[in-house]
Amino acid sequence: MVKVAIPELGEGITQVTVSYWYFKAGDKVKKDDDLMELVTDKATFNLPSPSSGLLSEVFFHEGDTAKVGDVVAIIAEDAG
Amino acid sequence: MQALSIQKKILQEVVVGILPSALILCRHYPVITLGRLASSANIKLNQEALLKNGIVVYRVERGGDVTYHGPGQLVVYPIINLNYLTRDIHYFLRRLEEVAVSFLSGFGLSASKIPGKTGVWLGGKKIVSVGIAVKKWVTFHGMSINISGQDMANFSFIRPCGMDIEMVSLEQALGEKVAFEKIKDRLVSEFKEYFPSALTMGG
Repeated sequence: MVKVAIPELGEGITQVTVSYWYFKAGDKVKKDDDLMELVTDKATFNLPSPSSGLLSEVFFHEGDTAKVGDVVAIIAEDAG
Repeated sequence: MQALSIQKKILQEVVVGILPSALILCRHYPVITLGRLASSANIKLNQEALLKNGIVVYRVERGGDVTYHGPGQLVVYPIINLNYLTRDIHYFLRRLEEVAVSFLSGFGLSASKIPGKTGVWLGGKKIVSVGIAVKKWVTFHGMSINISGQDMANFSFIRPCGMDIEMVSLEQALGEKVAFEKIKDRLVSEFKEYFPSALTMGG
């Protein structure tokens, strides 16, 4: 099980808004796939998937605000 | 949309390391673009009325709300690998604004950044709009500088950035015509000065 967390995006950036999900809960994802997009100020940031597996849980949705370090999703390791 | 596909191709080349970085300068046909999370309510005309004015609407993946691009602007897309600069998105936004402030000071204008209001401002009016996207820590999209006065009226069809902002162009501020061909090189030099490690190697 791998937790997907909001990374450090720069000095003074403490929170971001989820602007887009490329996948939904239940989808298979590959490591380094663009998983979701975050927005801060006038910039969007594509968060790559930290591992391959099943996107089993999504805690933050488009339009939600998340803090740096928050766990936004969980990827269950590939069984196959 | 040709500029967008060229940009995406170059972005991919910088992401995989074929190119160290790139700077794309262009001018657009009249287009309104909506950033992620932008509200289409910030476009004041309906689709049909916009088409009559020769303006098309696209949604793009940059940050920011709604903006207008037209042939009167110089648009620059810096494709820069922040892994080799600093992994700080706001630092990069502020650095872009500094490039624009320095570029405008070359015309004797004292434009400024305003904390909390991304972009570059001249006497309370906006002269440069900024909106970027970052993928694998490589930047794309960028900024547009209002140069010619000719299509500034088209900004009245939108609420730029979702706010009631007045826009101004370089020509309006100077009270004289400016040739695009003459200013492109000046902008490129500014970028090289502000991003020396990223933009001086290779071609």
